[in-house]
Amino acid sequence: MADVKKIATRESYGNALKELAPKYKNLVVLDADLAAATKTGIFKKAYPDRFFDCGIAEANMMGVAAGLAASGMTVFASSFAMFAAGRAFEIVRNSIGYPGLPVKIGATHAGISVGEDGATHQCCEDIALMRTIPGMTVIVPADDVEAKAAVEAAILHNGPVYLRFGRLAAPVFNDPATYHFEIGKGITLRDGKDITIIATGLMVAEAMEAAKTLEAEGIDARVLNIHTIKPLDEELVLKAAAETGKIVTVEEHSIIGGLGSAVADVCSAKCPCQITKIGVNDEFGQSGPAADLLKLYGLSAENIVKTVKEVLGR
Amino acid sequence: MERAEKRKLEIIATKIRLGVIEGTYHAKSGHPGGSLSIADTLAYLYWEEMNIDPQNPKMEGRDKLVLSKGHCAPALYAALANRGYFPVEELQTLRHIGSRLQGHPNMNDTPGVEMSTGSLGQGISAACGMALAAKLKNDGSRVYTILGDGEIEEGQVWEASMFAAQYKLDNLVAIVDNNNLQIDGPITEVMSSYPITDKFSSFGWHVIPVYAHDFDQLEAAFKEARTVKGKPTAIIQKSIKGKGVSFMENQVSWHGTAPNAEQYEQAKAELTAALQALEQA
Repeated sequence: MADVKKIATRESYGNALKELAPKYKNLVVLDADLAAATKTGIFKKAYPDRFFDCGIAEANMMGVAAGLAASGMTVFASSFAMFAAGRAFEIVRNSIGYPGLPVKIGATHAGISVGEDGATHQCCEDIALMRTIPGMTVIVPADDVEAKAAVEAAILHNGPVYLRFGRLAAPVFNDPATYHFEIGKGITLRDGKDITIIATGLMVAEAMEAAKTLEAEGIDARVLNIHTIKPLDEELVLKAAAETGKIVTVEEHSIIGGLGSAVADVCSAKCPCQITKIGVNDEFGQSGPAADLLKLYGLSAENIVKTVKEVLGR
Repeated sequence: MERAEKRKLEIIATKIRLGVIEGTYHAKSGHPGGSLSIADTLAYLYWEEMNIDPQNPKMEGRDKLVLSKGHCAPALYAALANRGYFPVEELQTLRHIGSRLQGHPNMNDTPGVEMSTGSLGQGISAACGMALAAKLKNDGSRVYTILGDGEIEEGQVWEASMFAAQYKLDNLVAIVDNNNLQIDGPITEVMSSYPITDKFSSFGWHVIPVYAHDFDQLEAAFKEARTVKGKPTAIIQKSIKGKGVSFMENQVSWHGTAPNAEQYEQAKAELTAALQALEQA
């Protein structure tokens, strides 16, 4: 996909906030001293009076966000996924989740594609953490078009939302003219009857590339883009389970508790089938260039192809 | 403060204390000690200080109280019930299955509860957010939050304290209930949060020390807080844990223990006698 335009979804996030600010007058943005990296700095520059830096204090930031939301403000609270979902978990759970306050958590730098900063900053547990909170919507956009649409959908959703964005530039494959985003509605990017590859976030483009390679080898793979991990599009997943019988899930997240687990949860109860999870195995990441790390940890089209062939015994 | 006014508040505070005893006895659990120590403060806030309307709990531009030390919900519920948000009889349902009176406050269940709290250190952050929202809306409303002296051991309290000073939240008043006892013992033995006044001063707050069980001092403090511009106010109130029930006063064992039937009768008798004395005086 060398010829395709690439934009990091964190960039899309910052741009979307700025673009939506005139439309949503009550929109305010919080950050925890990472505005330059999370790209909320784009919003800050355009609307300094509606941006509040909370300093390096994510717990308080989440509580402040709750108070603002309780007072009718539309509030985004941003940090790296590690700190937004990890460090501040209990505040998100008790001050935002329990009262059901419509805080939008914009978490960037998710997954190992953080790259050189290494394991302390590579959050592969956030989807698992966030999806256990009752009423929390968990969205992982795959590209620029989807990320921007997700930001506005989150604003319009009357409840807490966790938005997961990446640091690495991601290929833009959706067409803004025809793309439609709906929370909880997965997207069939490619139909197929032999197997279904269910992907989210940065891995959706890899899944599409893998499907093309597989097609050339005579394997007809369906590809689903599950941008909303919770609530999961059960209907679409179960249909794939029933029609293709085999599923491979792909996510830039731990194989414990993320997309793969969500898919397995619903299939094991309603349509048992063979599910193989591709993700970060039960281990920490390490420093290195993002592209190399993704390959090393098997988060590549190449590994998806290999895994699908193994599952199908080809 | 005029004598009649003070008498009225003392009667209300005694009714709040009775409500605490009713609630925790019928729940067979809960936190009477710290609830009794904030009864006077709640009486002052809900009957004198705050711009609220029990008939319209969501009134635009109302003042808000966030009970950051959420385990003292029995006192908050007793204050709200006596103020007219819901029937006083309902206090007996505290902590029962299906009750609107959860063990720790839930804003979606109970009329008048502004924020769900209970996990210590979090309420003050939400109060900061509400105070900031009031500033953005320019609606002139004020936000109050009550913290425990053990609660301020939580690091988040100091994150919030920096935030409140940074954004000059002079519409925010934090009340620290300094009864000197936390679950494991005196705060000086468990993890001293002293000097509390100096800490808040150095974090950029206007600090007013008071004795919690003196309405003249409470009135002076809350009036002074209204004159402060450009910084938040912390009212550090020296209080007596278990205040008003002889055998509970200054006893750490009453932090999180409900009275048994005998203790319930005695506490009720003491408070009822105090109430009658006030009403006849």
